[in-house]
Amino acid sequence: MARSIKKGPYIAHHLLKKVDAMNEADRKTVIKTWSRASMIIPDMVGHTIAVHNGNKFIPVYVTENMVGHKLGEFSPTRQFRGHSSKKIK
Amino acid sequence: MARIAGTDLPRNKRGVVSLTYIFGIGRTRAAEILAALGIDGDKKVSEWTDDEVALINKHIGDNIKVEGELRSEVQLSIKRLQDIGCYRGIRHRKGLPLRGQRTKNNSRTRKGKRKTVANKKKATK
Repeated sequence: MARSIKKGPYIAHHLLKKVDAMNEADRKTVIKTWSRASMIIPDMVGHTIAVHNGNKFIPVYVTENMVGHKLGEFSPTRQFRGHSSKKIK
Repeated sequence: MARIAGTDLPRNKRGVVSLTYIFGIGRTRAAEILAALGIDGDKKVSEWTDDEVALINKHIGDNIKVEGELRSEVQLSIKRLQDIGCYRGIRHRKGLPLRGQRTKNNSRTRKGKRKTVANKKKATK
C-alpha cells in the first residue's frame, strides 16, 4: 500500500539535517547513510550520498530524474558473479 | 471501413470488444468512450454510421493516448529507469522481472525461451 500523502515523503531526520546543513553552507561533501528507505527530494539534487548496501557504501550522485525514488534503489545489495563454469574434472 | 487511431477494427464484433483492438484501450475505456458518445456498446462495428466512426475517432484523438504515442511514452519511462541506474532500470537492462518475483524457475515472459546450459556433470563415484 502506498504511503499516506498527509505524512509527506519519508526521509530519515538525521539525513535531512545533514542535507539541509550542506545546502545552507553551500558545500558538497559525501554523506554516508544507512537509510536506504529515505526518499530522494529535490534538495538532494547535485549532492553525492553514499548509501550502504549491507557491505559497503555505494556513492550515488543524485540527479533530477531520481527525485521520488528511494536511496536504496541505487545501491544494489546483491552481486551476481555468474554461474560456475564447467570443465573442471 | 472502420479505421480508428490507425488500427483496423474487426467488423463483425460488438463495439466494446472491437475498440479493445486499439493499443491503449481495454474493456473499461472502450465502455467509457461509447457511453460518453451515447452509442450502444452491443452494436456491431459494421452497423456504425460514418458519423459515429468520426465521432469516436475524434473523442479518442482528443482524450486518450493510444498506439504510437503511448508506446513511445512507455519506452521513454523504461529508458529513464535505465538511465538513472536504479534497481528497476538494471532489471530492465538484464531482461529480468522487476518486482521481486523468483527467477530460479519461471519468469519466462521476461527471460524468453529457455536456453539450455550444457549438461550438468554427473556425480562421480
